Amino acid sequence: MAQTLLRTPLYERHVALGARLVPFAGWEMPVQYDGVIEEHRAVRGDAGVFDVSHMGEIEVEGPRAQALLQELLSNDLDRIGPGEAQYTLLTNEHGGIVDDLIAYRLDRCRYLLVVNAANREADFRWLKEREIGGSDVRDVSDEYALLAVQGPNAIAKLGLRPAPAFSFAEASIDGVELMVNRTGYTGEDGCELLCMTEDAVALWDAVLARGVAPCGLGARDTLRLEVCYPLHGNDITPDTDAISAGLAWTCALDKEFTGAGTLRRVKEAGPARKLVAFVMEERAIPRHGMPIEGGGEVTSGTHSPMLDIGIGLGYVPAAQAAPDTKLTVDVRGKPRVARVVKKPIYERES
Amino acid sequence: MAAAESYPDDLKYHPEHDWARLDGDEAVLGITWFAVDSLGELVHFEPPEPGATVAKDAPYGEVESVKAVSDVIAPLSGQVVAVNAKVIEAPETVNADPYGEGWLIRIRLSDPAEVASLLDGAAYRQVLAEQ
Repeated sequence: MAQTLLRTPLYERHVALGARLVPFAGWEMPVQYDGVIEEHRAVRGDAGVFDVSHMGEIEVEGPRAQALLQELLSNDLDRIGPGEAQYTLLTNEHGGIVDDLIAYRLDRCRYLLVVNAANREADFRWLKEREIGGSDVRDVSDEYALLAVQGPNAIAKLGLRPAPAFSFAEASIDGVELMVNRTGYTGEDGCELLCMTEDAVALWDAVLARGVAPCGLGARDTLRLEVCYPLHGNDITPDTDAISAGLAWTCALDKEFTGAGTLRRVKEAGPARKLVAFVMEERAIPRHGMPIEGGGEVTSGTHSPMLDIGIGLGYVPAAQAAPDTKLTVDVRGKPRVARVVKKPIYERES
Repeated sequence: MAAAESYPDDLKYHPEHDWARLDGDEAVLGITWFAVDSLGELVHFEPPEPGATVAKDAPYGEVESVKAVSDVIAPLSGQVVAVNAKVIEAPETVNADPYGEGWLIRIRLSDPAEVASLLDGAAYRQVLAEQ
C-alpha cells in the first residue's frame, strides 16, 4: 500500500526531521514531528510551518472564467479584484457542499482555486464538465508546493510587511519566487506561500532557518477546530448545506449559482439542524460520528490544547443550537455532558 | 517530556503492550513505552470504577491522545483496588514515566496462575522486534 501513496517534494525533509508519517487523502503526510500539543502551542504563541503541498490547485482562465465561476461558486467574485482572495463553496444542485476552497483572483480573467487534497479530482471533474466557451479549467496541482506559515510572529519572521487578510502578492524569500497569500486555517495571523514544486525544499529550509517550527497535520486539525473552521468530509459534505453549517456568509443568495434556490428556501424556512460548537463539561473527548442525544451527531472532536478540555463541532436540531444549551454526547456508550458555545471556541485574550 | 524507550526486567508484559508489576496477591498495571510512543501525548484516561472486575485479555479502560483512542487491555484478571488519580488529572504523566508515576490501576488478582502466561522483558522486546 505504502508505494501507492503520493509524496510532497518535502517528503525527505519530513523523514529527516523524524516526523511520524500517516496516509491522508492518498498522501503520505507528517501528522507530527515532536508532538501535536507542542506544535499547536508554537503556532498560537510564535510561528509554525505546515507542508500543505497535498492541496490541489486548479486554474480557471479566459474571458468567461468569471462567468463560469460565478455560476458554480457560492460567494460573489464581483466583490474581489486582482490581488484579492475569497473563501467560497463549490455547491451541488441540492445546495450540498462539493468542497470549500479559496479563490485567488490573479487577473481580471484568471483565477487560482486552492482546494482540499481529498477533493482535487472531484473538483476538477466538476469544473471541467461544466466548462463553457471562453473558460479553460486546468489542474495545475503538480506544478506547485504550498507552505502555510502561521502564528503571531509568522509575518515578522519571514521579513514580510503587514497586509490585509485575504490579499496576496508576489514576493521572494531568500531568492525563492513565490506568491504570499494572507490566508490560513489556524485562526492566527500568517500566510500561505505558494512556490514552484522544484523550489519547495529551498523555501522550507529558508522558513525553518528563520526559527519557524515544523508542524504536522495533527496540530493543523486541533488549531482549526479551536477556531471552528469546518473540515470538508467531516463537518461539511455534499449532503450538508451551507445554511445549516453556519456558512450563509459565504453564499451570495442574490446571485444565481448551483443550488442557490434550495439554499434560499432553507434560509427562509430556517434550517432543521445546525452545526454548533460545543465544549465538554465532563472529562471526555468527543470524536467524529458520536451520537448527540436528541438526534444530533458529532462531526469533529478533539482535545483542545489551549483550553485543556474536549471540544467539538456537531449537527443538532435547531432547538438545541443556542449557546449554553446542554448536550449529551454518547462517548462509546457513556453519556457525557457538553455545552453549546458561541464560535469560535478559542479566541486570544486581547 | 517523553521518557526514553525502556522495558524493565522486573515487570511482566502482555503482547497488547501492557505491563504488570506483581506485589503479593496484587498487581499494578500500566501501558508500555511502545504503546505510549504510538499514541503520542496522552490527554485522557477513562478508568474503570474501583471495585470493578477486570478480565485478562479484555479492555478495562481507555487512553486517548489528541488524535486517537485506544483500549487498555488487562494482562491479568482481578478486582480494581485503586486507580491512579494523578493520571486522571494529568494524563501526560504516563508519557513522562510509564512504569512509575504513570501506572494506571492496581488490582487484587483472582487467578495468580495467569502470571505464567505473561512475557518477561526479553520476550516482549522480541514481540516488538517482530512487528
